[in-house]
Amino acid sequence: MRSLIPVAVVVAIIVSAWYAATVVMNAQWTRDQAARAGVEIGFSELVADTMDQKRPRLPAPHQVGAEIWNTTVEKKVTSKRSLVFHAWVTLSATLLGFAIGTGLGILLAFGIVHDRAMDMGVMPWAIASQTVPILAIAPMIIVVLFSIGISGLLPKAIISAYLSFFPVVVGMVAGFRSPDPLQLDLMKTYNASKAHIFWKLRVPASMPFLFASLKIGIAASLVGAIVGELPTGAVAGLGTRLLAGSYYGQTIQIWSALLTAAALAAALVGLIGLVQRTTLVRMGMHR
Amino acid sequence: MIGLAIVIAFWIGAWYLNSRLASLPKSTATKFAVPSIFGITILGVWEGLVRSLDVPPVILPSPTLIAYRFSQSLDILWMDFLQTVVKGALSGYLIGCGSAFAIAILIDRSQFLQKGLLPIGNFVAALPIVGTAPIFVMWFGFGWQSKAAVVVAMVFFPMLVNMVQGLSESERMQRDLMKTYGANYWQTLMKLRLPAAMPFAFNGLKISTTLALIGAIVAEFFGSPIVGMGFRISTEVGKMALDMVWAEIVVAAVTGSLFYGMVAYVERGVTFWHPSKRN
Repeated sequence: MRSLIPVAVVVAIIVSAWYAATVVMNAQWTRDQAARAGVEIGFSELVADTMDQKRPRLPAPHQVGAEIWNTTVEKKVTSKRSLVFHAWVTLSATLLGFAIGTGLGILLAFGIVHDRAMDMGVMPWAIASQTVPILAIAPMIIVVLFSIGISGLLPKAIISAYLSFFPVVVGMVAGFRSPDPLQLDLMKTYNASKAHIFWKLRVPASMPFLFASLKIGIAASLVGAIVGELPTGAVAGLGTRLLAGSYYGQTIQIWSALLTAAALAAALVGLIGLVQRTTLVRMGMHR
Repeated sequence: MIGLAIVIAFWIGAWYLNSRLASLPKSTATKFAVPSIFGITILGVWEGLVRSLDVPPVILPSPTLIAYRFSQSLDILWMDFLQTVVKGALSGYLIGCGSAFAIAILIDRSQFLQKGLLPIGNFVAALPIVGTAPIFVMWFGFGWQSKAAVVVAMVFFPMLVNMVQGLSESERMQRDLMKTYGANYWQTLMKLRLPAAMPFAFNGLKISTTLALIGAIVAEFFGSPIVGMGFRISTEVGKMALDMVWAEIVVAAVTGSLFYGMVAYVERGVTFWHPSKRN
């Protein structure tokens, strides 16, 4: 809590820099309009106008705030103009993909830990895949799945799953291996079977690693769902709002979609952080 | 049917070979051979399945077809590489990481700024920054400048957070020792704190390599000149020319691995003293 004041100050600096940038970036348009209308404008009018353009180069924070308010609270949730609706479309793909990716990732990590051939064969590729810009294949997955008749939620979820898969694999392999030899030996002296060792030692020991990779995974899933919405020509979702906004020059719409995505990411990561804290505290692993 | 049987037999054979190799005592040869055989198996099964099941190339082209397309369009791939990787990703990477490096050193002198920026940097590093792409394309046009801007936005915060943390890594005892030597701020920075920060700096640099490529490619989905890897992927997907798309993906994958590998190589040279790098 001691860092509350510095954070607030830095946020205030960012917001005021944003306002200043609004004036600077939109001034040209205001001057052009004034010149076209043949009127002289003073500085205060200039500033007032830059804050209140319909399609500014950089919308002012309060414009974005008003847009978010209009498209969340004041629109019906089922309306296509409601940001809640679009956020839900993206969120559902994110969560489905995240669940698939995490599940498969843990499964593969289990295989890697228990099978030497898989460990030596798959692990280098899993690590190398993290250096590859996987997101580039998103458009192809969408279009190919569409051409064989799968559309809607699933293609986006597959991209999300793909993006969250590898961080979870790498994290969970490290997690399952985190018990030290002493603990493994102790289990052996208890005559514990492989299954016992797995459930009673490896799984509990992997929990901190699990949550760390879940946090990375969910953020990646969200990015995957958003990018997955770009090439479909796009019906609904936050990615669609971004694309449509950039086609029609609706900067306010882009910024509101962007901030919504940011809030969504923060909420998801925060939620996992909360589950992490409560779980680890109950397991006695949290300081 | 026979084709399918051969594929399955090949798979089982390769799997058996791999598990035999893996049960041998670990050596450099097996460490290299097992993943290679695994990769070849995947390619072989892929090729075999596509051929025996007659999968149309608009759904999944076979590896040989992709390799053929790759060899036939080297000039296009090279142009795209120059546009996206060299002009977009690399310039953005250098600007983004460089400025994050400089700003980390600047704010390092103020405890207050550090306390304020670190949580925000951590927060921003988890956000879907790729979403800023349409904004930057609108501001800086369709050329490589907008891609570089997206890359800067993407790599800046991960790099900043790592660098700030790295600069606080030297221990009190070590800093006290520097004081007893009569070292001033800059000497302490250059001789103690920057070297101590290097493992963190390289962590940030390595994360940023992938982010830079993703940023440059995805930003091209929002508008680009008629050259570039993201542009090529999105237009060839539209034409259902998936062999070309896969060729671009091969380029992206190889570039990503090489980029990361180069940074990791430099890291080994710079942080040779760190426990994780000692043999």
